[in-house]
Amino acid sequence: MEAVALKDRENQIHVKGEAPFNIVCNKDSLAGAVSQRACVFCGSRVVLYPIADALHLVHGPIGCAVYTWDIRGALSSGPELHRLSFSTDLQEMDVIFGGEKKLRRALLELIERHSPKAAFVYSTCIVGIIGDDLEAVCNKVTEETGISVIPVQSEGFKGNKRAGYQAACDAMFRLIGTGDTVGISKYSLNILGDFNLAGEIWMIREYYEKMGIEVVANITGDGRVDDIRKAHGAGLNVVQCSGSTMQLANMMEEEYGVPSLRVSYFGIEDMSEALYDIARFFQQKYPDDPEADRIMERTKALVQEKVRELVPKLEKYRKALAGKKAAIYVGGSFKAFSLVKAFRLVDMEVVMVGSQTGTEEDYRELEAITDPGTIIIDDANPLELNSFLTEKGVDIFVGGVKERPIAYKLGIGFCDHNHERKEALAGFEGMLNFAQEVYSSVMSPVWRFVPRNQEK
Amino acid sequence: MSKKHPDYISTTNACKLCKPLGACLAFKGIEGTVPYLHGSQGCATYMRRYIISHYNEPIDIASSSLSEKNAIYGGGPNLKMGLTNVAEKYRPAMIGIATTCLTETIGDDVPMYLKEYARDTEGSEGLPEFVNVSTPSYSGTHMEGFHGAIHEVIRQKAEGGPQAETVNLLPGFVSSADYRLLKEIMAAFGLNSTMLPDLSETMDGQALLEYEKIQSGGTPLAAIGAMGRSKATIEFGRTLSGEESGGLSLQKKFSINNHRLGIPIGIEETDRFFELLSTLSGRPMPEKYAKERGRLVDAYVDGHKYLFGKKAIICGEEDLVVGMTAFLAEIGVFPIICASGGTSGRLAEAIAEVTGDMLSGQPAIYEGVDFFDIAEVAETLGPDLLIGHSKGYPLARKLNIPLIRVGFPVHDRVGGQRILHLGYSGAQQLFDQVANAFIAKKQADSDVGYSYM
Ligand code: SF4
Repeated sequence: MEAVALKDRENQIHVKGEAPFNIVCNKDSLAGAVSQRACVFCGSRVVLYPIADALHLVHGPIGCAVYTWDIRGALSSGPELHRLSFSTDLQEMDVIFGGEKKLRRALLELIERHSPKAAFVYSTCIVGIIGDDLEAVCNKVTEETGISVIPVQSEGFKGNKRAGYQAACDAMFRLIGTGDTVGISKYSLNILGDFNLAGEIWMIREYYEKMGIEVVANITGDGRVDDIRKAHGAGLNVVQCSGSTMQLANMMEEEYGVPSLRVSYFGIEDMSEALYDIARFFQQKYPDDPEADRIMERTKALVQEKVRELVPKLEKYRKALAGKKAAIYVGGSFKAFSLVKAFRLVDMEVVMVGSQTGTEEDYRELEAITDPGTIIIDDANPLELNSFLTEKGVDIFVGGVKERPIAYKLGIGFCDHNHERKEALAGFEGMLNFAQEVYSSVMSPVWRFVPRNQEK
Repeated sequence: MSKKHPDYISTTNACKLCKPLGACLAFKGIEGTVPYLHGSQGCATYMRRYIISHYNEPIDIASSSLSEKNAIYGGGPNLKMGLTNVAEKYRPAMIGIATTCLTETIGDDVPMYLKEYARDTEGSEGLPEFVNVSTPSYSGTHMEGFHGAIHEVIRQKAEGGPQAETVNLLPGFVSSADYRLLKEIMAAFGLNSTMLPDLSETMDGQALLEYEKIQSGGTPLAAIGAMGRSKATIEFGRTLSGEESGGLSLQKKFSINNHRLGIPIGIEETDRFFELLSTLSGRPMPEKYAKERGRLVDAYVDGHKYLFGKKAIICGEEDLVVGMTAFLAEIGVFPIICASGGTSGRLAEAIAEVTGDMLSGQPAIYEGVDFFDIAEVAETLGPDLLIGHSKGYPLARKLNIPLIRVGFPVHDRVGGQRILHLGYSGAQQLFDQVANAFIAKKQADSDVGYSYM
């Protein structure tokens, strides 16, 4: 097989052990490279999407709105406004004469029809070019309707997904601080960066409640506008996932003094660590309050109970999967760390790991926790992914919908670990689901028929 | 009644997609071709994701990955760099370039860039061919993008010359299984034909040992060149634009007779297609299809009682809606709403043509609507069935009626590309599905649970 990387991308790939660590990242995707990455708009849409009682209006031509219509698995325990796809559906005349009037009328119409708690208006590529003043229109409609209408500056071409996260955080930050915080416990937290895929946040919330900690707002999963308004009253921000909501946590720390902890809910190790970190945080903050110690005790009991339950159930999968090879390519690199550990837990070997948006620091850490020979890759494309998968003889590939057909064409198992998935993979229960899913793909008899295995 | 109704300003749950997506799909049906979007990175990624969910096949769409700077100073340099990178990495026979809302609005002149690129690269070896289409996503739908791309491919690549015995077939956007069937039918009539596009293999391929950078299959470029020398063109699409289409452009430029038909869904529309093929080939209908037709009529009779008088909503791409309406009318199901996000202005007329005197009244016909509009009307009419793509599922669920999945996209089932809609065999499958959906619903709703019909 020929050299895999595009010429200008060679420095975005690193093989552990072959050379001193050196990887270039956070670059714009190369033109013509068929990057797996999305855009600013996508980044902001992902983060804000699960706020279920807000109206999410995409200001632009129809495409952007349709392609993001209900593609995420983020569940709501109540309203489901987020699952509808609203668009101003800009037409040629709007592009020529400006879309502000249409936007205003669309907002008025939709607010009347759905009475949302707030509205987010996303700008798309074209809106940035025609120069509609989103801010002005939103302010005006806020005045007219009394409903917070918040612009999201997410023109697609203004950077990559990360810039979209920032735009979303800016938008959310406008809500924070506008609600009443009376009565919130000092042992309380906000959940950031979990999108409640397949109800994961309900599990996580339950852990916190068992620990004796109040959850003020699940900002990005099963989210509610009113909760977010008072999120600044919480004692701690717990941020899961690498990029998406860290900025928001930082902004809250600066403005309201709410500290934050970065965690991962994937795999036993990281999940337990997250809970202990939180308990420890409160112990350190309130060293003289016996309640803080009680929280720690309850946390220990919880983790022990969950692990005791889980480990024997994993045994079957471990036996079957030991020595099999895995490759990981996900959006955020933080998730990649957990996945590396989770595969170790079932005795599997990770031979390739990469992400769309990792930072140098992230890749450094990945290189530290992986085995020699592991390929570490930033912003990959189908041709590169394909050549690494075949070269390494992978048994399962973890990625998102765009990665799936690459694996399947080659006759390789696949596990969907993206926003689109419909299986809960977080938490202790999620680890079991993960093992089960990997098992059911790797062990399926269908692989015996694929060309890869027929030749032998 | 054929206008958008009610007259909402915004769109909720659209029943259409944007133009560049249609163009990418059309390009994907040409041998050795990589679709390329001149725009920002996001669009290409979104469309790939959307298409993958239907076909479960790799689809690489390259992009100029324009950033803010390019948006201000023009995307020419990025376009050229992107084309070079694709050419080097994929070694395609052709790159099909579609614009997006971004590049259309900043006014990038793609034909001029391509001329410059040709000048810059003169004498280089291994360069692919290029074809470009303008697809501003703020007008029309993915279907205009699809037909626009086909039109441009023909306009830019078809060549004249001494007439040959070949027939051009422009089926529009149907499933991979449909394209396969069409090829088989043409061959069965002994017709030497060129079908454009051909997504039968490129988007429904086999399991592989070695990954193909560009999926094999698709209409060969040489055959497209030769389209200008064919003796006739068959073009499906009763709602196609009057002035611009692949078939018409071949007619104007090379005086090739263009026969425009509806997509052959159901007996009558299929009969029309087969009659034309008989005329063009000078042969009667092959026995295989005569038998298929016979079996289909027999099935229509066997199942007619479960269907008569039932009310259906049909939604999706305009020409597919026309075909489905024709089919439903002939099996006795009454189409109460025919709806599309498209706005050709020809939907009502086309439906009247195909239903003729089979219907006791006229269905409500809506162009340029979204699912919110459709739901509003539907709820008052008490439909029994929804026929359309997966995006109709929330509505079907709300109304507690079965959804028969046809067309694109099918995101909540496997095998969207293998749904057969066309010909007698396609009608047979649709018929069994529709009839059984009613029977199953009756069974599910019944307290008794009879196991005989
Ligand atoms: S930016 Fe324009 S071309 Fe791209 S997906 Fe959105 S509407 Fe379609």
